[in-house]
Amino acid sequence: MPSPVTLTLNGESRAFAAPADGPLSVQGLLVLLELDTRKVAVERNEEIVPRSRYAETWLTSGDSLEIVHFIGGG
Amino acid sequence: MDGHIAGEDTWTVAGRTFRSRLIVGTGRYKDLEETGAAIEASGADIVTVAVRRVNLSDPKAPMLQDYVDPKKYTYLPNTAGCFTAREAVRTLRLAREAGGWNLVKLEVLGPAPLLYPDMQGTFEAAAELIKDGFEVMVYCADDPLAAKRLEDMGCVAIMPLGAPIGSGLGLQNPAMLSMIKENITVPFLVDAGVGTASDAAIAMELGCDAVLLNSAIAHAKNPILMAQAMKHAVAAGRLAYLAGRMPRRMGADPSSPLSGLIR
Repeated sequence: MPSPVTLTLNGESRAFAAPADGPLSVQGLLVLLELDTRKVAVERNEEIVPRSRYAETWLTSGDSLEIVHFIGGG
Repeated sequence: MDGHIAGEDTWTVAGRTFRSRLIVGTGRYKDLEETGAAIEASGADIVTVAVRRVNLSDPKAPMLQDYVDPKKYTYLPNTAGCFTAREAVRTLRLAREAGGWNLVKLEVLGPAPLLYPDMQGTFEAAAELIKDGFEVMVYCADDPLAAKRLEDMGCVAIMPLGAPIGSGLGLQNPAMLSMIKENITVPFLVDAGVGTASDAAIAMELGCDAVLLNSAIAHAKNPILMAQAMKHAVAAGRLAYLAGRMPRRMGADPSSPLSGLIR
């Protein structure tokens, strides 16, 4: 069994089981988190991850991610 | 709503044309339903939005887009809460990815309690964003030199404050705002300080292209009614500006003839 992937997500440390068929992608993570990919944006280690590259952006332990969306603001 | 409308009093920023001259924020409402209703009542075409971390423990929570349709309103992402150029640039890069929009509102703030525009940080962020292809509507101090410099850098709208953010004090600097406007050719907006309808009308009478406000509606006792009031105030102020006010005179000038009086 592959070792879990430990990520810092929005400032909090979280561990995820890596999928059986390969490394965890941003796409895979968003599915695990039940987030609508059309309404969020993702930054990995302070670099924007374009939506078109979610499926091919692999995550490794120690990565820091920010997942944001729009909220009310003035 | 975008594109030119013949025969109407529209305004254009960064090539996008709008009918309403009122831009409203979407923050500080009781709930998302009230947000949606107030924005509808305001008649605004553009709404400002903030970028924040998703609450990962509640991914199915209702989202702003469910109540304020991004197909109906132009979302203008802001950098509220950013105190450095780096934070502001990072926030707007995320906003562009989340929404696909490059028209943004830049604000780099100094510390509470004034949250006054930090112009050094604002210049740095504006330069970086413009280089990166953003169209920057910029919140700034009521400083004529700073405003001109931001325009020369390529900002698409200059938006000085009328009073501190959320203060509701009304325009404290109408003379300075009109002097700044004289030297600016891109759209000129008052961005903060409006407290009630007359303040918005005054901003428009000064010749502003539009007014941006949030708290004046959201913190009114009845936000929906105040949204309607703001809509009318902005329209009235605009008409008064176009009409051209009468000259002020020190003394009376009777409206009724002084001849033909009974004796």
